[in-house]
Amino acid sequence: MAALKVVRSGSRLLNGFQSLLNNPRKVTCGVAATVTKHPRWYCVSHLSVQERIERKRKAALSGGGQQRIEAQHRRGKLTARERVELLLDPDSFVEYDMFVEHRCSDFGMEADHNKYPGDSVVTGQGRINGRLVYVFSQVKDFTVFGGSLSGAHAQKICKIMDQAMMVGAPVIGLNDSGGARIQEGVESLAGYADIFLRNVMASGVIPQISLIMGPCAGGAVYSPALTDFTFMVKDTSYLFITGPDVVKSVTNEDVTQEELGGAKTHTAVSGVAHKAFENDIDALLNLREFFNFLPLSNKDSAPITECHDPSDRLVPGLDTVVPLETTKAYDMLDIIHGIADEREFFEIMPNYAKNIVVGFARMNGRTVGIVGNQPKVASGCLDINSSVKGARFVRFCDAFNIPIITFVDVPGFLPGTAQEYGGIIRHGAKLLFAFAEATVPKITVITRKAYGGAYDVMSSKHLRGDVNYAWPSAEVAVMGAKGAVQIIFRGKENQAEAEAEYVEKFANPFPAAVRGFVDDIIQPSMTRKRICRDLEVLASKKQANPWKKHANIPL
Amino acid sequence: MASHRVTPALQRVLFTWQHVAWKSRCCAVASHAKYSTVYDPAEKTFDKILIANRGEIACRVMKTCKKMGIKTVAVHSDVDSSAVHVKMADEAVCVGPAPTNKSYLNMDAILEAARQTGAQAVHPGYGFLSENKEFARRLAAHGVTFIGPDTHAIQAMGDKIESKLIAKKAKVNTIPGFDGVVKDAEEAVRIAGEIGYPVMIKASAGGGGKGMRIAWNDEETREGFRFSSQEAASSFGDDRLLIEKFIDNPRHIEIQVLADKHGNALWLNERECSIQRRNQKVVEEAPSTFLDPETRCAMGEQAVSLAKAVQYSSAGTVEFLVDSKKNFYFLEMNTRLQVEHPITECITGLDLVQQMIRVAKGYPLQHRQADIPINGWAIESRVYAEDPYKSFGLPSIGRLSQYQEPVNIPAVRVDSGIQEGSDISIYYDPMISKLVTYGSTRAEALQRMEEALDNYVIRGVTHNIPLLREIITHPRFVSGDISTKFLQEVYPEGFKGHQLSDSERWELLATAVALFVAAQLRSQRFLGNLRVSSSQQEQRRWELSVELEKGVHAVTVSRSGSTYAVDLDGKRVDVSSEWNLASALLPVTVNGTQRTVQCLSRSASGEIDLQYLGTSYKLRVLSKLAAALNKHMPEKVPEDTSSILRSPMPGSVVAVSVKAGDTVAEGQEICVIEAMKMQNSMTAAKTAKVKSVHCNAGDTVGEGDLLVELE
Repeated sequence: MAALKVVRSGSRLLNGFQSLLNNPRKVTCGVAATVTKHPRWYCVSHLSVQERIERKRKAALSGGGQQRIEAQHRRGKLTARERVELLLDPDSFVEYDMFVEHRCSDFGMEADHNKYPGDSVVTGQGRINGRLVYVFSQVKDFTVFGGSLSGAHAQKICKIMDQAMMVGAPVIGLNDSGGARIQEGVESLAGYADIFLRNVMASGVIPQISLIMGPCAGGAVYSPALTDFTFMVKDTSYLFITGPDVVKSVTNEDVTQEELGGAKTHTAVSGVAHKAFENDIDALLNLREFFNFLPLSNKDSAPITECHDPSDRLVPGLDTVVPLETTKAYDMLDIIHGIADEREFFEIMPNYAKNIVVGFARMNGRTVGIVGNQPKVASGCLDINSSVKGARFVRFCDAFNIPIITFVDVPGFLPGTAQEYGGIIRHGAKLLFAFAEATVPKITVITRKAYGGAYDVMSSKHLRGDVNYAWPSAEVAVMGAKGAVQIIFRGKENQAEAEAEYVEKFANPFPAAVRGFVDDIIQPSMTRKRICRDLEVLASKKQANPWKKHANIPL
Repeated sequence: MASHRVTPALQRVLFTWQHVAWKSRCCAVASHAKYSTVYDPAEKTFDKILIANRGEIACRVMKTCKKMGIKTVAVHSDVDSSAVHVKMADEAVCVGPAPTNKSYLNMDAILEAARQTGAQAVHPGYGFLSENKEFARRLAAHGVTFIGPDTHAIQAMGDKIESKLIAKKAKVNTIPGFDGVVKDAEEAVRIAGEIGYPVMIKASAGGGGKGMRIAWNDEETREGFRFSSQEAASSFGDDRLLIEKFIDNPRHIEIQVLADKHGNALWLNERECSIQRRNQKVVEEAPSTFLDPETRCAMGEQAVSLAKAVQYSSAGTVEFLVDSKKNFYFLEMNTRLQVEHPITECITGLDLVQQMIRVAKGYPLQHRQADIPINGWAIESRVYAEDPYKSFGLPSIGRLSQYQEPVNIPAVRVDSGIQEGSDISIYYDPMISKLVTYGSTRAEALQRMEEALDNYVIRGVTHNIPLLREIITHPRFVSGDISTKFLQEVYPEGFKGHQLSDSERWELLATAVALFVAAQLRSQRFLGNLRVSSSQQEQRRWELSVELEKGVHAVTVSRSGSTYAVDLDGKRVDVSSEWNLASALLPVTVNGTQRTVQCLSRSASGEIDLQYLGTSYKLRVLSKLAAALNKHMPEKVPEDTSSILRSPMPGSVVAVSVKAGDTVAEGQEICVIEAMKMQNSMTAAKTAKVKSVHCNAGDTVGEGDLLVELE
């Protein structure tokens, strides 16, 4: 289909033959007929161009020939074109720049056999479930210099990014590249920078998604790092600044590629990647699903899909989800699955900073971002990693008009030297900053603990929460009873009695409710119904922050 | 059916099944039978009853109490604080922490709860303290009525040797055997010779299959005697043994009796409980397909004479083994309400709990033997949170993330004590509910059971619905050809789930494919104004591939309205449905046949888990292109399970028999896991050196937790 489309545009050059060429299957006999009837010069010139078009197109499409394709398959990977085809709706891909070639003339690169139409990246636009998306897919194939980034390669990417910005549609990058094209020197570096600049300019304008499907090393890693979401494929993708060899020579560490920059490392340890998938197919199909949650640009509201789940559905299971003992853990995902449409939740960074849960769901068909403390892990406290994870997610939602629903069960910030030395003050402030500056609809449900500064941070009323609810099990206080009593009644007898008094006074939703810091105390089973109704009302919410060049989030 | 003695007076509608909307959160059982029994408010019984139990039976008892205008008190352990029975009761008292011996078996605390709440009577339910004479005695001492028989009846029937002697005296058929304690192995051999092989050697104090051995010759008798006495000593602290004839391949049929304190006793017909695993009942029915009126009457009369012999009062059950020639032998008497009592209520129209309460208050029985009918047929399936693929059911735990009882189907009764969001914990019986269906004929009751099982939504725990559905549709069960060996005989290799016929396979594949297409189409439907137009023209024809149990099939699908025509290996299958993708239940019509399938999960990468004919199947639907490319995807190597021992169920580690560095032989015990009062020996899958041990005695482990690694 892609080929067909380009045939059509190509044929426009051949004025008189346009109608003839509209159906490529007729071409052979049509041309044959023409040869006998029309002046010879016309045919010759046409055929030679046509031949060259076909030849180049064929070369581009074959991606280095059957052998190379098979080699790629043997590595458990798909080719760049197969990936695009799987990612997009059938027959929807429109390819750009199939005829672009690199411009390097050093080291014998100018020779014809070193030039490949399209160079080492496939670019274009297409549809995912009918919605427009721009896509580039790097060709990590040794015929095309290991998918290395040439000036032409970068230029192709920049072209679709520019258009995506103007049109207002997301860009998906399928990264699988050997890095900079060394033969091109600074031109390659310039190419990276051109892309980086566009990544930054597009940030907050259109969603940008990177899927790492092979190695991505050196400067190349910064483009995914600048995009909104980075996904990886398990066992076949790597991200690092320098590979194991350089690491060995510089720090004398022995480390494998997988340990240094594999999917597990980046999704569980570094937090560089947001999620990992089993293989190329799994990743691409999941990416399609993920795409449906996103608006096309910051000019669009969060998408609404057809929903079969009644918005007023009661969730009886939520009435018993919070254990009676305040120290006992439960799974915040039980609550999230309970309230979301069809129990569907696309979790972002499920293996990193697990004490906070973030991800996308739908409420009555409308995309929402969900943030929740996870009592199951480290009591759901906020620490450096969870604050950063939460903050970045909240900012994405705010940038793209996605309402934020926050479930709060937080005992506070994690104490200790590790956290203080690591800069918990600075990092915790990011989450505070993100929630405070967000102007999208913000709905907060305090399920249990909302202690101390963490209460303020977690989308509290004071940070312009639109609707703040408390469950009957909510406890909004400066700290837990034990700690509070030790301070208030230091050295006094009857600590237990004092503790009971404190619990009676503060370990309930009333202190917050009487001050209007929560708008209502709701039965947990009603939560879905209430949120769906609130979102309906808040859909037309307008709120603006004061004019500024940009805010200065504590980085 | 000629045997049904239905008097014209009882030709009234005994069962009006009513679909009650979810009126209150506390009421997990949303369908109530209207018993023919009248709840006479003028007949004063008790003002307040404490129910010394939990779960479904506590709820069951409370329901009748409410009808009788009696206030209820629940007792509960701390983990049960928000359990259904607690919410249902008028008052609730916490009687201790989770372990049963500290809470539901804690007599002091329960007595104190009764005192504190002023309960005049205690209903013990089944299990726990229901057959504990000490409990009954102490209640009496406190002036609280025990709703059950007198202590001497409990005592007399609680001991196997004594009960057999009493039964013999009351002219009840007993299993031929030696009515006394066997002194040594040689005496055992002699007695066995007299009775004739095969014989059963069992502990006098025993129960639950412990201390029981079957012997077919002298050698086995000696060995059996030794093992049984050891086991009896260690399990019950009482090594007395008895020997009796072993009835091979018997049926388990029991008679429900009801007696008052005035010497009246009735038999309320039988229940057939032959479908068992590990001596636990799985499916029960009333009446039995096997009994003729004469046998039924003979069994009933003997049961009543036994009840009278021990001055029994309240509801009780006399269990018999019945051989293929309709000879029946007394097995034991259960001096309590049985789990499976609802099926008797269904066919007789009596409310047994009401009768127990009346009798406990001292009222005489309201019915005469001639008033007791057999109206229709009732079947009970015990729905358990357990994995039926592991020895017909190993306990599973978890949170019921979704739970929906099939109460919208007529003539279905669900007795349960849980609701959506409840936890099935390791501390208690893993029963989810008792699913009872009723019909004017057995076929009708079975048909409803099939439908009810298909429409039962249980998510978050593994459950035994696959097994239940297979049993009730198995030709042998349907024809009534059953015995206590049914499961072992039908599934000698263990239960493997439903085995699909070719046409069922096509149906299943087509359903999955149609569901996939419906979901794909929906994900293309965006509402509201889109700034960038959505150019999609709806796809009319789909070329897909579907995989089930390693078999890959190419399919094409075309849609017209809500019907998908699936072309599958040259077969055309039409699938229609409303395609409500949010519903746990998916009613589909496949080539004209209506079914309810359940979509257990659906992933972006085409995996679809469907519960079809009770069993869950993993399918994968991919586009033709994705399927073609999928063969290049590397197969991820699953971990070598032979060198890793994981806990097959949640429970606690009782003992660890190895340490790192030990060499173990294949089949050697590595550790023992206890779950739901069962000890399971975990053995090595191969001969190897122990690499590391990840558990200690006393640890609580979850299903799939790593216990021991071998090298």
